[in-house]
Amino acid sequence: MALLEIRGLVKRFIGVTAVDRVDLAVERGELVSLIGPNGSGKTTLFNCVTGYVAADGGQVLFRGRDLTNAPCHRVARLGIARTFQQVSVFPRLSALDNLLVFLQQHQEERLLARLLRTRRLRRLEVDAIERARGLLELVGLAHRADAAAGSLSYGQRKLLAFAAALMSDPELLLLDEPAAAVNPTMINQMKQHILALHRQGKTVLLVEHNMEVVMDISQRIVVLDHGQKIAEGPPEAIRRDARVVEAYFGR
Amino acid sequence: MAADGGALLELRGVVAGYDEIEVLRGVSLAVRTGEIVCIIGANGAGKSTLLRTVFGMVPARAGTIRFAGEEIANRLPTEVLKRGVGYVPQGRCNFPAMSVEENLEMGAYLRRDAAVPRDIAASLERFPVLAAKRRDLAGTLSGGQQQILEMAIALLLHPRLLMVDEPSLGLDPRMVEIVFDALLAINRDGTTILMVEQNAKKALSVSHRGFVLELGRNRFEGTGRELLENADVRLHYLGG
Repeated sequence: MALLEIRGLVKRFIGVTAVDRVDLAVERGELVSLIGPNGSGKTTLFNCVTGYVAADGGQVLFRGRDLTNAPCHRVARLGIARTFQQVSVFPRLSALDNLLVFLQQHQEERLLARLLRTRRLRRLEVDAIERARGLLELVGLAHRADAAAGSLSYGQRKLLAFAAALMSDPELLLLDEPAAAVNPTMINQMKQHILALHRQGKTVLLVEHNMEVVMDISQRIVVLDHGQKIAEGPPEAIRRDARVVEAYFGR
Repeated sequence: MAADGGALLELRGVVAGYDEIEVLRGVSLAVRTGEIVCIIGANGAGKSTLLRTVFGMVPARAGTIRFAGEEIANRLPTEVLKRGVGYVPQGRCNFPAMSVEENLEMGAYLRRDAAVPRDIAASLERFPVLAAKRRDLAGTLSGGQQQILEMAIALLLHPRLLMVDEPSLGLDPRMVEIVFDALLAINRDGTTILMVEQNAKKALSVSHRGFVLELGRNRFEGTGRELLENADVRLHYLGG
């Protein structure tokens, strides 16, 4: 059974079918990239899977359970985390707090435990802060841990959002253009980290235009064009696929 | 167009930032007439802030910024614009609910001369992707088409210097080619270009010169080729 299975997914906006009967299965532990020209439906597909927009047809199954049009918070609790192209951080919170916020919903913090400040809760807090600091280190933001997220540059906010998605230790990670606006050296570090997650058994679905990243790390690539799946296969096959070259790579 | 040597834009010891944070800590660089110059550097190095400071959106706390021989530090953006500096910020910056043609009219907002319709027609001819979509709402264009529209809007004031912040952001590989081709064409038409770009290999390959910004100071400078071949630059800024 695939970890994530999308069957005949359809999403229409006024006048356009953004996602047009797409089937896509991602096995547990797989690292799959979704590529395609601007406007081919990649982000809309992410939005349908994570409950940000309601699909007009088809099904989304996660661990065999029907998640079609489930609300975002339920999707997140079941172990799916995502990042956004348009970076979303809390501008007035520090970089560190931005990460701690993401953890909260996944801990069972009962009111009584909070009131009594149980040892377990304190340990959870200490662990969370340690984890958050480690992730800031990873994305090169350790020196800005206490800075308001709103004072970070666009690229830095993007890196912070990437770190935030990792906080909840999700089983399935949906990354929407993590490398855009990021310095090439940092992209290499992100690449290494995604590969490390993959080795730990995490499942990753990646939308990215940076072909060095996509070709280097993907086990399998799925190509969308005008909302439809036009190709699917290992990187070498995709690079040679005439339809993909025409629709996507140009010269 | 080949660079002719004279400095069109010259920064000396520029210091700038936001509230208590100092982002630029003494940047000095020159852009010569006719050049394409690109600024690269790590995230948070101050690249976007540099463009904003030149444009008068962020105050310069120290240093001088000379454009065409005149001091422009801390002038209002409209005044910098009138002197001949165009600026396309990072991310989308058009009027999404207006048509392509109306967006171009907005680009000529500061002009009072009769040649505006002719210039808009010329702009549509120069960028065929826009001509095909002239009556479409800008918000319905693809990311790359919008990027080209935004550069076309800036060009309606006939700037001598066009500053572009991350032209390739979020674009698919084919669109990146089209946008960089458009930048080269704009430069051949006589406009000097200063850009900030994370797609550093691509940007340096089309630039006459490049600067590496590190923690608010300029660290390396050279021709596009020199920077592409420099071992330190490769390791720290081009991803090896």
